[in-house]
Amino acid sequence: MDHKNSKKPTYSRFSQQELPAWKPILTPGWAIASFITIGTLFIPIGLLALSASDNVVEISDRYDEVCVPDDYSSKAESYIQNPDVKKTCIRTIKVPKKLVAPIFVYYQLENFYQNHRRYVKSRSNKQLRDPKAEDDTHDCFPKSKTKDGKPIVPCGLIAWSLFNDTYKLSTRGKEISINKKGIAWKSDRKAKFGSNVYPKNFQKEGLIGGATLDEQIPLSEQEDLIVWMRTAALPKFRKLYGKIETDIEAHDSIKVEIENNYNTYKFGGRKKLVLSTTTWIGGKNDFVGMAYIGVGGICLFMGINFILLYVFRPRRLGDPSYLSWNRHPIA
Amino acid sequence: MAPGRIRAKIKRSSLYTFGCIRPHVDSPDEPHQFRGPGFSRHVCCNQPQLHQKKPLKYCKNYISTTKYNVVTFLPKALFEQFRRVANVYFLFAAFLSLTPVSPFSAYSMIAPLAFVIGLSMAKEAVENWHRFMQDMKVNMRKVRVHNGEGTFSLKPWMNIRVGDVIKVEKDQFFPADLLLLSSSYEDGICYVETMNLDGETNLKVKRSLETTLSLDDDSTFKDFRGTVKCEDPNPNLYTFVGNLEYKRQVYPLDPSQILLRDSKLRNTSHVYGVVIFSGHDSKVMQNATKSPSKRSTIEKQMDKIIYVLFTLLVLISLISSTGFAIKTKTQMPSWWYMQAPDDEGLYDPKNAALSGFYHLITALILYGYLIPISLYVSIELVKVLQALFINNDLNMYDEETGTPAQARTSNLNEELGMVDTILSDKTGTLTCNQMDFLKCSIAGMPYGVRSSEVEMAAANQMAMDLEGHDDHFTRSRGQNGSEIELEAARVSKESLGIPIKGFSFEDNRLMNGNWAREANPEVLQLFFRVLALCHTAIPEFNEETDGYSYEAESPDEGAFLVAAREFGFEFCRRTQSSIFVRERNLSSQEFVEREFKLLNLLDFTSKRKRMSVIIQDETGQILLLCKGADSIIFDRLSKNGRMFEEATTKHLNDYGEAGLRTLALAYKVLEESEYISWNEEFIKAKTSIGGDREAMLEQVSDMMEKDLILVGATAVEDKLQQGVPQCIDKLAQAGLKIWVLTGDKMETAINIGFSCSLLRQGMKQICISMNVDMLNQNSKKHAVNYYFVTDQVVKENIKMQLTNAIQMIKLEKDPHAAYALIIDGKTLTYALEEDLKHQFLDLAVGCASVICCRVSPKQKAMVTRLVKEGTGKTTLAIGDGANDVGMIQEADIGVGISGVEGMQAVMASDFAIAQFRFLERLLVVHGHWCYKRIAQMICYFFYKNIAFGLTLFYFEAFTGFSGQSVYDDWYMLLFNVVLTSLPVIALGVFEQDVSSEICLQFPALYQQGPRNLFFDWYRIFGWMGNGLYCSLIVFFLNIIIFYDQAFRAGGQTADMTVVGTAMFTCVIYVVNCQIALTMSHFTWIQHFLIGFSIIAWYVFLILYGMMPPELSGNAYKIFVEALAPAPIFWLSILLVTVACNLPYLAHISFQRSFNPMDHHVIQEIKYYKKDIEDRHMWTRESSKARQETKIGFSARVDAKIRHLKQMLQKKSSVLSPRVATPRT
Repeated sequence: MDHKNSKKPTYSRFSQQELPAWKPILTPGWAIASFITIGTLFIPIGLLALSASDNVVEISDRYDEVCVPDDYSSKAESYIQNPDVKKTCIRTIKVPKKLVAPIFVYYQLENFYQNHRRYVKSRSNKQLRDPKAEDDTHDCFPKSKTKDGKPIVPCGLIAWSLFNDTYKLSTRGKEISINKKGIAWKSDRKAKFGSNVYPKNFQKEGLIGGATLDEQIPLSEQEDLIVWMRTAALPKFRKLYGKIETDIEAHDSIKVEIENNYNTYKFGGRKKLVLSTTTWIGGKNDFVGMAYIGVGGICLFMGINFILLYVFRPRRLGDPSYLSWNRHPIA
Repeated sequence: MAPGRIRAKIKRSSLYTFGCIRPHVDSPDEPHQFRGPGFSRHVCCNQPQLHQKKPLKYCKNYISTTKYNVVTFLPKALFEQFRRVANVYFLFAAFLSLTPVSPFSAYSMIAPLAFVIGLSMAKEAVENWHRFMQDMKVNMRKVRVHNGEGTFSLKPWMNIRVGDVIKVEKDQFFPADLLLLSSSYEDGICYVETMNLDGETNLKVKRSLETTLSLDDDSTFKDFRGTVKCEDPNPNLYTFVGNLEYKRQVYPLDPSQILLRDSKLRNTSHVYGVVIFSGHDSKVMQNATKSPSKRSTIEKQMDKIIYVLFTLLVLISLISSTGFAIKTKTQMPSWWYMQAPDDEGLYDPKNAALSGFYHLITALILYGYLIPISLYVSIELVKVLQALFINNDLNMYDEETGTPAQARTSNLNEELGMVDTILSDKTGTLTCNQMDFLKCSIAGMPYGVRSSEVEMAAANQMAMDLEGHDDHFTRSRGQNGSEIELEAARVSKESLGIPIKGFSFEDNRLMNGNWAREANPEVLQLFFRVLALCHTAIPEFNEETDGYSYEAESPDEGAFLVAAREFGFEFCRRTQSSIFVRERNLSSQEFVEREFKLLNLLDFTSKRKRMSVIIQDETGQILLLCKGADSIIFDRLSKNGRMFEEATTKHLNDYGEAGLRTLALAYKVLEESEYISWNEEFIKAKTSIGGDREAMLEQVSDMMEKDLILVGATAVEDKLQQGVPQCIDKLAQAGLKIWVLTGDKMETAINIGFSCSLLRQGMKQICISMNVDMLNQNSKKHAVNYYFVTDQVVKENIKMQLTNAIQMIKLEKDPHAAYALIIDGKTLTYALEEDLKHQFLDLAVGCASVICCRVSPKQKAMVTRLVKEGTGKTTLAIGDGANDVGMIQEADIGVGISGVEGMQAVMASDFAIAQFRFLERLLVVHGHWCYKRIAQMICYFFYKNIAFGLTLFYFEAFTGFSGQSVYDDWYMLLFNVVLTSLPVIALGVFEQDVSSEICLQFPALYQQGPRNLFFDWYRIFGWMGNGLYCSLIVFFLNIIIFYDQAFRAGGQTADMTVVGTAMFTCVIYVVNCQIALTMSHFTWIQHFLIGFSIIAWYVFLILYGMMPPELSGNAYKIFVEALAPAPIFWLSILLVTVACNLPYLAHISFQRSFNPMDHHVIQEIKYYKKDIEDRHMWTRESSKARQETKIGFSARVDAKIRHLKQMLQKKSSVLSPRVATPRT
């Protein structure tokens, strides 16, 4: 008896596929309710986001072309590569609306492929963090070592091409101080860039790419570098340059003194200076609000459509006449 | 021992007629002359040790059906794995990931591949192990083997060697192909049941050579030596050529001395034999073909999708590498920050074509996410779990034999949901090969009140139908109900007492001697005597029950004898010349033992279809008692013997309709002189030598068996397996076609057709057969001998029959007309030839049921192939014996009946069930579920990988086609393996559109599978389109939201990691919400797994962010510090998730609202509990939910109801004028 039943499957609701289950049905009620709910939820969110975005004041000024002296206008590249030409360029920006501190100063580059695979890979996280790992440069090709074999700190293309335009802002003859501290992510400063790692052999030979670094300041305090090293996702990107901690009144004009050092002329990239405030949503971002309103609108539209369809062509739920054998009766 | 011994002393050859008689003069038997190849086998009998060395070393009796062994497992299993294109691709990609070309780190390519392959191989190993254990079960069976000293000892089968002398006892299987030396019968014959080999149920006689007859005791084998030279192993079951060299003489051997492995010794207490072919050399194993690896339709279609995706993959890779080459050539030189070119030429503007080529490889690896690496392994895992559910289904567990259902290969589960045609064996599958005496008609009176299973099933169905039938009919029933109620067979009360095997007769008029009070007691007595005397069985006293049991050649005969015993005519003894029957005295009601001298026995052959005995009773009266097929007997009645013909014919028709096997019984009284003169002729014929002996015997018998007087008819129920008619009915309603392929006789097959309701009265039977009469005429006309009629003529004739039949079906107007095709094996050989087979198939497809009888195992396989390839639809073959192995392997799905002794069918099968009736649940419930699960699962898999993979491509376009991915390597690694795979596995394992009860109540739902509603290209491309849409939404919404603005109040802008992480989070949400929308059945497991997938992502993100920055790179503390505090991150998730799922949501709401599928409506009915509120509607719908069917008892009931309605109409049309006339 026991032997015979030894193969008998044991009963459990699981093994018999009889577990209690929630079997929801997308009834018209549910469908309409969910469309309407989404609609009514999304549109206010969209409006909120739009208003937040609306509160952001953003000023941007493209200066790459304007800052090339007239006699170099057709050969911008030779201008930027000529170390003897003065690169300072003065721009004046009108403030349309009051900028409330903190005001963020960004530089924007376009057509710059910081997301290119060759570029992205060319760095060494270990070296940035650990002074003992300065030889860890195998990923940094082609900027890993000097010609005599000494490791470059920080190594790699990203660091080497560090952005080096500088801005000085003043309004009503008074300089606006730009705070360059705290522009990088906190965790980057704390953990990713060592406080005891100092630049070495950086921009010392051959072609000089971008900015040089002060060898006395540890990497964790070189916030421009830290910001730059967070590669952007798209070829058009903005990076934080600094913060202004005083308000700027509306209709003021800001005088900007730009050291136009960075070569974007070779690849035809644009450079912009951007001043922007933020709200809870971040910078100026109308799209979120619009998209929310759009999706919400579509949902409302569909919800209403479903209601109408239901009014004109209702189907009783569980109506057996909709079963296939009733719809196409067997002859 | 004693009774067996006495029984064994009877020389059966003098009892039996045609089959067993050997002319007394030995025919000039010359040893076979053979030389050359094909006849090299040399067996030294009783000297197995000689077969251990090389020239005579033959294979062991060990059999193995496993795919791999310990050594071959690794290479072979790996090879199997890499036969899948996708795996080869991933292997290739894994290799390339070690080079700088790779866009990812090597571990993220190799780890998932190793995981996936390892899991699949582990599954193979487990399945192989099960197969091995099953082999061992057979290999470890014990048999008595001579050990050289004149004694026999038990040894496992696998240790038997060629040359061993073996003693096989009653009801044991032969462990190898044996040469029969002697048996417990003096004349060395034995009975063998070959059901396992060819499906034939009647026993076959084998006989030993006369010269070895003396070897009838264990001790005689001590010095036995002999040599067999014979043919080499071959798969032909019916031939054998060889010589035995024994005592310096050579004797020829033929198939009648050979006992084949896996056939069974019956009615013989033991035999001795020498092993000639062992293990894989044996004929049955030679017949076994390597089990083909089967793949389901869905999987084949899935391959096509993979090819589509590969094309897409190559296409976008080409686009991106072209883009890359152009960018590199034209723009790279100006990108001073890139410092191009590099040494490796990967970014070389001067050699952009080469760089482009390298990049093509990178792209091919990168976009590999379009092809879900975990698809195969997930499907495999799901199928194993599904198989586990099949194995554990208590509703498919057979209490009697203790066998659960078993999915032997799990890769065909979903194919179960797509079956179109079922090809079934008969004996052992539909029937239990047990006959029960159920009814009889004696002297024109019907006896026996119990109904056959078919009648009961139909009655139940009718009762149910009437409840649910539409009003019109209910009304008409009021007037005419009685007529229908009459139709509903009387369902007998629980029978009293213990059931007797072979006897289910119930009628007090005949039992306990009451028959003597009936109208014609003499006729009744005669009837019972025919039952008790006209047979070839041998009684065996059973001490336990204190009664006799009978060893008969066929189960019908056994049933007759049991019936005779129960009626009070107990056959108790048989000697060489007499039969003793203890019978009730007509007048005194006392039991007396009467002796009947058995003068002659005219045996049953399938050609004669009758059997007679000539006996002389105690008064000296000579009687001929005859039983046979009704048509044959009715032809041979004398003029005054037709008294009961009309009544009996009517009863025979009723019995036939009830699915019973019928025989008519008759007798005649012989004058002594008449008998003597006939007997002389008969003896002459019996002892004649030569080929026409049988013809002569037949002719002489024919002379005797005429001018008979009809006594009555018997109806025996060929016991169907439990629940077979109901199961066939349901399967037919589910739209399945059922073909019966049997090795049995045509009559038997037709009877079973009736009892399974595959045939019914009123169905037009198309019998395609070789018309012997036509051939005879033909041969006479052309003065050609009958034997030389060319194949061509026969074929032409068959062709004509086929064409006519097809024509007839085409011209049929009545939609209810049903045709049945019945064809026998010989005809089938022609019909299956290349030029006729399509015609045959056309005809068969046009018929509601198809029965092929007397077909060989090979023909079964051929028919299966014809159906499979001819119709292109899924076929399922079900059988229990070795003769079904061919078709089981050939069909898309092979199902074996387990729990019976022979294991071949099960070993060759994909699924094993204990009873035919479980097929319903296997197909309609598990098949339906598995089909939908797998179909939805695969669609979803492609969807999610497209949705994810294409975002990589779009991002490419923004990185100058450089092959950079926006996601971290780890995200991508986890995507397929952890973050999205579990809910889809839950979908594949647990999804139920409707519950199992509803599947069974609404068999029409099954048609969703064969029609492939859930995996057609429309649906597949729909899902792919959905994937494309989602990828666009996910990518562009995120990009636009995050591209240049500060994403949080701290002013920082989003870098690649932030964008990638946000995008990836959206993907995770989107695909997991999508699957939640796809599912309709949520147990805690689904809830848990979907939730788990999303939470697991956050947990991973937090943990990954906590890793030191060397490992996590830019993802260091990304969630905690950057994303979680940023409202825009959460806003984008909500937006993208809703936007992505919106079209699908709209689609399913629209579909359910305005174009619901059957399961939608049923779900709703269940949801609103309408089935409980409105029982009437529910039963009505479930009775309507069947495919139009012409077979099954429901169809029979329908036909009957239609018939009655017509009658009713006729009646009313006759009535109405009469009503109308007075008015006018």
